[in-house]
Amino acid sequence: MTTPRRSSSPLRSPEPREDPGQMSHTDVERPGSGPQAAPDVSTGEALLVEPSRLSPTRRALTSVLRSRELSIFLVLVAVVVLATTKNSSFLFSADGWRNFLLNPSILLLLAVGQGVVIITRNVDLSVGSVMALTAYLTGRLFIEQPNLPIVAVVAACLLLGAVLGLVNGVLVAYGKVPALVITLGTMYIFRGIMLTWAGSDRINAGDMPREFLSLGTQTVLGIPLLTIVAVLVLAAVGYYLHTARGGRELYAIGSDPDAAVLYGLPVRRRLLAAFVLSGALAGLAGALYTARYGTVSSSVGNGIELQAVAAAVIGGIAIFGGSGTVWGAAIGAFLLITINRALPSLGIEDFWQRAVVGVLILGAIVLDRVLARRQARKLAESRDHA
Amino acid sequence: MKFHKRRPTALAALALTATFAFAGCGGDDGGDGGSAGGSGGGELSITMLPKNLGNPYFDTSTDGAEAAAEEIGADLEEVGPETASPDAQVSYINTVAQQGQDALILSANDPDALCDAIDEARSADVKVVTFDADTNPECRDLFVNQATAEGIAAKQLELISEQIGGEGEIAILSAAANATNQNAWIEMMETELAENPDYANIELVDTVYGDDEDQKSFDQTEALLQNHPDLKGIISPTTVGIAAAARYLSDSEYKGKVALTGLGTPNQMREYVENGTVEAFALWNPEDLGALATYAAAALANGDISGEEGDTFEAGDLGEFTVDADGVVLLGEPFTFNADNIGDFDF
Repeated sequence: MTTPRRSSSPLRSPEPREDPGQMSHTDVERPGSGPQAAPDVSTGEALLVEPSRLSPTRRALTSVLRSRELSIFLVLVAVVVLATTKNSSFLFSADGWRNFLLNPSILLLLAVGQGVVIITRNVDLSVGSVMALTAYLTGRLFIEQPNLPIVAVVAACLLLGAVLGLVNGVLVAYGKVPALVITLGTMYIFRGIMLTWAGSDRINAGDMPREFLSLGTQTVLGIPLLTIVAVLVLAAVGYYLHTARGGRELYAIGSDPDAAVLYGLPVRRRLLAAFVLSGALAGLAGALYTARYGTVSSSVGNGIELQAVAAAVIGGIAIFGGSGTVWGAAIGAFLLITINRALPSLGIEDFWQRAVVGVLILGAIVLDRVLARRQARKLAESRDHA
Repeated sequence: MKFHKRRPTALAALALTATFAFAGCGGDDGGDGGSAGGSGGGELSITMLPKNLGNPYFDTSTDGAEAAAEEIGADLEEVGPETASPDAQVSYINTVAQQGQDALILSANDPDALCDAIDEARSADVKVVTFDADTNPECRDLFVNQATAEGIAAKQLELISEQIGGEGEIAILSAAANATNQNAWIEMMETELAENPDYANIELVDTVYGDDEDQKSFDQTEALLQNHPDLKGIISPTTVGIAAAARYLSDSEYKGKVALTGLGTPNQMREYVENGTVEAFALWNPEDLGALATYAAAALANGDISGEEGDTFEAGDLGEFTVDADGVVLLGEPFTFNADNIGDFDF
C-alpha cells in the first residue's frame, strides 16, 4: 500500500480516523500549519479541536461510554445473559464457567496480533497456517525429545512464529506489495510446509506428556491458565499501543502511511515489529491449541485467520487502519466464540450461527461509517465556527 | 514417500515472491501420477487410490495392501490427492487407464462423480475394486466392505447399551451432515433403537455434526453436554469425532459419568482408554481391509474370479471369502478395542 491516494479509495473516509477516546493523544491541529509549526495557541487563530475543559475523570468516563468497545461488550453481556437464562449451566456449571473463559483464549491471542497489524493498515492472513505449523512443532518436539521442558517447547513455538512473522514483515515492508497478497501467499506456503512436514503423521494426545495436556484445562483461582496467558498478553500489548511512542506510531502509520513516511517515522521497523508480534502470538496460539485440543491434524487453524480479522473488525478496529484498540479486538473474539457456544443452547441451527457472525461484521462496519461521518461533521462544524 | 519430493519446491517458493506461491502449490497436484511406470512383464501392477494421502487410516490400509501385494508378488503403488474431493480423484483414475495398470483399488470420494472415469479405466481392461467407500455397484467390479451398515450400527448400540446399563439418553456426534457412510449408520441405529426391545429404554435425543474437524467436534461435544443435562452416552461413528469428544470428556466434570463409544483408531484413543474416559470402541482393522482388497484385485486380474455372486477366493491369512450380491465382499464383524487389547495395535 504505497500510494493510497485518498481519492482513489472510496471506502476510506477522508477524515482523520481517531476514536473520541483517543483525542487526548492527538496533537492540536491547525488549518494550514504543518506539524513543524510552533504550537502557538494564544494567537487569534482558533483551534480545530480545543483541549477539553472537562475533568480527566469525566473525560475518561465519557470516552468509555462512547467507545465502540462498550457497545460490543454490552452485546456480549446480552448474549451471556440470554443463554444463561435459557440454560443456567451455560455460565454456572464448573465446565460452563471454564469454557466461557477458556474457549476464546486462542482466538483472543490471534485477534490481538491481527488487531495490531490491521491498525497499521495491513492484514495478516497467514496466522492460521503459522498456528498449524507451531501446533505440529509442539507435538513433534514432545515425540522426539520427551524430556524437553514445556517452557522450552512454548519458547520454540514463539520463536518459529516470530520468524514466520518476520518473513511476512520483510516482504510487506520492503517488497512494497500489499499485505493482503503477501500473507495470502505465505498462508498457502506455510500450510504447504506443514502438510509436507507432517505428511501422514497426526499428533495424538498419547504422544504428549500429561502435564502439558493438563495445562490446557488447568485453572488458577477458578480462571483457566490459557485465559490468564491471553489476558496478560492483551494487557501488555494494549498498554503499549495506548501509551508508548511506538504504539502511537502504529496508529499514525495506519492513518496515513505516506504522511508517516514524510514525517520520518520508522515505518519499516514498526511494520516489521507488528508482523513479528502477530506471528509470535500465532505461534503461542499453536502451542496452546495443542495443549487444549490434544490432537494436531493438518486441518488445525483452517479459516481461523478470518475469524481473527472478524474479531478485530467487530471489536471496532477499522479495516483501513489507524483506529480501534486491541481491547475491542479481544472483546470481539470473546463475542464470536461465545455466540457460537450460545446459539446451539438457544436451539438455533448451524447455518444461522454463521449468518449471525456475518451480521455482526456488517453491523460493525456500518457503525464504523456512521461514527466516522459524525466525527467528520463535528470537525467541519468546529472549523466553520472558527 | 512422495511428500519428500515437494519440500524443495515449497522452500524455494518461500524464498521467492508471493506470486510464485501459487505456482508452487499448484504444482503439487499433478506430480504423483508420472512416477508409476508401465506395468511391464508378468507381474501384476496394482494402483491404490485412497480418498486422500496423509490420512492415518488409509496409511494403515495401504500397509496391509503392500504386505498382501508382496505375498502374491504384485507391484503396488499408492497415489492420491491431498484433500478428499471427488474431482481430485478423477485425474488419478485417468492416469491408471492410460498406464494400462492391471487393477485399481480405490476408496471413492463420491458414489456417482467417478463413474465416467472408472468406466474408461475398465474399458482399458483395468479391474476396479472399491474399498472403504463404494461407488454405484455398476461402476466397479468388486466392493470390499469393511463391515455392513447393520453390523456397525448394531455394534455401536451394543457397546453404548452395555456402558450406560441399558437405559438413558444418548446422542450422536457425526462427521459432515451429508456424509453417506455416517448417515447410513445413523439411520440403521435409529431403526434398531425403535424396533429392538433391548433398547426400549434408550432414547436418542440429538444428532450433531462435527464435520470431521477436531475443534468443531470438540465444541459440539460441549454443546451436547450442556444442552442435555441428563445425557448418559455419546456415539461418535467417526474417528475424528470420537477422539475430540474423548478429549473434551477427559477434562470435564462429565468424565466417567457420560459414556462414549463409536468408531476410533487405537492410536488416537489409547490415552482416553487408559485414563478411563472411554471403556470400549469399535472399528475394523484397516490393514486387513487393504489386504483383502488387494487379494480381491489380484484374483480378478488373474482371472481366478469374475466378480459374480458366489465366486470364492483365498486371501492369505484372512481365509476364504465369498462374493455376495452386487459384487460385495464382506471383511467381517467390527472389532472391539478396549483396555485389554488396545496395546496390541498401532495404527
